[in-house]
Amino acid sequence: MTEQGVRWTAEQVLALAPDDASRKAGARLGGAGPWSQTGGSASGAVWGLCKGSGSKPYRTVADLSGPAYKCSCPSRKFPCKHALGLLLLWAAEGLDDAAGTSTGTSTEAPDWADEWLAERAAKAARPAADRSDRAAPADAEGARKRAERRAARIGAGVTELEQRLADLVRGGLAGQERAGYAAWEETAARMVDAQAPGLATRVRELGTIPSCVTGWPARMLEEAALLHLLDRAWLGVSGLPEPLAATVRSRLGLQPRTEGEAVRDHWLVLAQYDTASPDGRLTTRRIWLRGLASGRPALVLDFGPPGRPPGLALPVGLVLEAEARFRPGSAGLRADLGERFGPAAPCRTAPTGVSTTAALEAYGAALREDPWLESWPVVLGPVVPIPGGPQGGRQEGAQDDRDGPQQPNESWQLADAEGTSALPVPLTGAGSRTGTGLWQLAALSGGGPLTVFGECGHRGFTPLTAWQPGSSEPVVLG
Amino acid sequence: MNTTTHTTSESTDTAYADGSWDELVGAALLGTERRRGSPGALLAAAAVQTVRRRAGLRPAEAGPRPEPAPHDPRPEPPEPARRRLAQLLAGRAGAGSGSGRRGAAPDLTELLPQWLAAAGQHGYRAPASLVPALLDVARARSDLRPQALALTGPRGLWLARLNPDWRFALRGGSGGAGELPDAEDAVAVERLWQEGLFAERVALLGLVRAHEAAAGPRLLETTWSTERAEDRLMFLDSLRVGLSAGDEPFLEAALGDRSRNVRATAAELLSALPTSALAGRMAERALACVGPEGVTPPAECDAGMLRDGVVKRPPAGRGERAWWLGQLVESAPLSCWRERFGGLGPAEIVALPVAEGWAEELHAAWCRAAVRQGDPAWSQALLSSASAPPAAGPATASLAERAKLLSILGEEERAAWVAEFIRTHGLSEAFQLLGVCVVPWAGALGRAVIEALDSAREAGGYPWSFSGVMGLAERCLDPAEAGRLDVLAAEPVEEGAAAYWSEAFQRLVATLHLRAALHTELAPAD
Repeated sequence: MTEQGVRWTAEQVLALAPDDASRKAGARLGGAGPWSQTGGSASGAVWGLCKGSGSKPYRTVADLSGPAYKCSCPSRKFPCKHALGLLLLWAAEGLDDAAGTSTGTSTEAPDWADEWLAERAAKAARPAADRSDRAAPADAEGARKRAERRAARIGAGVTELEQRLADLVRGGLAGQERAGYAAWEETAARMVDAQAPGLATRVRELGTIPSCVTGWPARMLEEAALLHLLDRAWLGVSGLPEPLAATVRSRLGLQPRTEGEAVRDHWLVLAQYDTASPDGRLTTRRIWLRGLASGRPALVLDFGPPGRPPGLALPVGLVLEAEARFRPGSAGLRADLGERFGPAAPCRTAPTGVSTTAALEAYGAALREDPWLESWPVVLGPVVPIPGGPQGGRQEGAQDDRDGPQQPNESWQLADAEGTSALPVPLTGAGSRTGTGLWQLAALSGGGPLTVFGECGHRGFTPLTAWQPGSSEPVVLG
Repeated sequence: MNTTTHTTSESTDTAYADGSWDELVGAALLGTERRRGSPGALLAAAAVQTVRRRAGLRPAEAGPRPEPAPHDPRPEPPEPARRRLAQLLAGRAGAGSGSGRRGAAPDLTELLPQWLAAAGQHGYRAPASLVPALLDVARARSDLRPQALALTGPRGLWLARLNPDWRFALRGGSGGAGELPDAEDAVAVERLWQEGLFAERVALLGLVRAHEAAAGPRLLETTWSTERAEDRLMFLDSLRVGLSAGDEPFLEAALGDRSRNVRATAAELLSALPTSALAGRMAERALACVGPEGVTPPAECDAGMLRDGVVKRPPAGRGERAWWLGQLVESAPLSCWRERFGGLGPAEIVALPVAEGWAEELHAAWCRAAVRQGDPAWSQALLSSASAPPAAGPATASLAERAKLLSILGEEERAAWVAEFIRTHGLSEAFQLLGVCVVPWAGALGRAVIEALDSAREAGGYPWSFSGVMGLAERCLDPAEAGRLDVLAAEPVEEGAAAYWSEAFQRLVATLHLRAALHTELAPAD
């Protein structure tokens, strides 16, 4: 069981910051200077008063089990700089000694903090009831009719898309380089109208391939074929086994029909990163977790509207005991975090890694359940990063008559510490990391072996987090 | 074609089922119209192949692995210090511009140099994950390059070999050198001298000279005639540190070098050795021109002067005779003047009236000589009293010259002089002088600066008129002075210049607290 006495590192606190400005402002408030009446409780809450520019100090309280925060300041940033500063102070063991937090004993929370903490505790006790409410909607008949109507609309959209794909292949891909993606943009809009957002996204990506990928005809055929596969799967969804049917529904962008499996475990946060949608309107935050007992990977997604970061933030290297509810389908990867059982605390050990061969096998196995899967989360190690140069290796396909993905000369690899196998590291395209992260990885390795977490897929391995040998401290790459 | 027939044709059409991936791509490029088979069959076959290929991916063959980085035995800084460095490196991009209103938040950019210097003194190595960011810093800021590269050490050099952006680290200043051999190991020294990168060779030269002064010239002579002119110049320049009489024969020989810059540098170095033959020759020439009876500049620049490094053509706007005179005086040992002026000391000599408008030229030359020869007595004399009005006295009025002269004085004397200057003349001209004072500022100096800032506030000025000094204070004030500033920062003023001042003082205090924290964090844990 984790205790409040187990402190986070400052990096972990700063990883909660919604933006760079907050990170800096919070770091400045991380000293004892502006704080008074700070304290903490064994149940994982910290509080304090922070002197601001006004006459009344701000009241700041943070619940580490969330983490969740409340502050009386007017900032709409979340967490605000005061909450970050308070957590940094706590991380540096800088809370008032009178609070006795360093010995793990709790102090009495002041009324204003206690009120909010009690409210949270009450809310936490409720979700089970909330869920049962959702499972039995008031208007079951209406819901069924709505679902039927939507299925019909999707069906029409899928049929139309099939026509579009057939036209593409009938006329030949060769014209696509000139055709531009306006036509595909229009098709994507039709898929939105058909209430199949998953198809819309794929169609939009398909349209961008001729302009930005070397060896684009093969890539475009792959994507068109997988889209075709998804269309066919939807048209025959009633005949599919349930997990695959659930995968197809979720790939089309439908909410799961049923509650997924709930797994209570100690979840280690392996990575967290944001990507912006092409139009910049939506930020997607991916949080990769791994159950320490179950070994199971989980992907938690959160979204932020324009100008606002996603609300959920879980710093890399923390472990939280919680219930993860897995959504049906998609190889059992997507999860939502449910009830938490205590505050998150830093992990004491680095995860153990697997070989490059095992990594690709894991991806291959996952494809059986979700053929549309781009990548699979893998802890790789011990591996040696091989920075780019003319020596870039070749990734071979299962069929001998076909070259692997084209690798530019400056390609990077991650090679097994023993043996001759390696995975290429994609430098461009979806999910690739910036040069900064890769050079960090090289610097950490110094030519020696290390452990790396990342996404392993048909494009190669995208490193996200690394551990030096003998260290449990994760280094977030990039 | 409607969907029904489409489906039918697909189920019966197996034209693409056995096709290889390349055939499928070929067919898709051309279009099924020109080939046999239906679009649906092509897409279905491609889907099967795509998933099958992805599911059956095998690892690639590993390329050549990089050579492991050499071991760096130095310890990493303690965790809080590592975190601070990461914060300083992350904050370096979006820092304030240095002028105008900057708010009450401390300027992290200016703390990075201090962190690097302090970490270097503790003998730490950079945390591996921050090595790339430090190399970027070293690339962007040449003033921080030696410290940043020293900190990244062998790991930094190893990384720099892999990334063309960081190639500078391999050829740049001495901080970038790799592991050096033992100075006693003649074979290893010889080998590195023959084969090493320039930076390594400069570092090797320094090592060898520190071990045995005379070994430096011996090493240089082995390859001197084959070195490129710019390398000869750099090697000579590196002799400046730890210059001794033992270097004289080598420098004397370099007076005949093919390159004019090399000749000039050799002459300059020789003139900094008061006992050298060149200094003697220059003294003879200078004494012939300057004495109690007056100043008579040389009538011509003869071959001997040219050989001793005197530059014949003056820069635009200066008379040639004055130009020659200045060069002679600045290269003559200062000790030669006492006898010439009947046993007077430097202060008395400087105070003597100089006829015919030669005073400025002569004093400037003496300033250069005092700096070059590192002569504190002459420096003091040329600086004169800090409280005297700069333009009135016999001493130099130029702030640039004063700053150089100050750097010759001892730390305490320097600080006391500048403190006195600030108390008398205020801050407006103090910037350059403050720059040569030792960090952190001595107590009296720091107090003088704070008091002067407070006076400027009371006089109704705006803090950004003093942003240069403010910035220096953030970098150089002793954190122990923060308590003194708290009073100034705490006054709750809401508007007008006073509010800006209070903000500026708050920032100064916050920065000082940060600096104090920075040094505490770097102290090794026991």
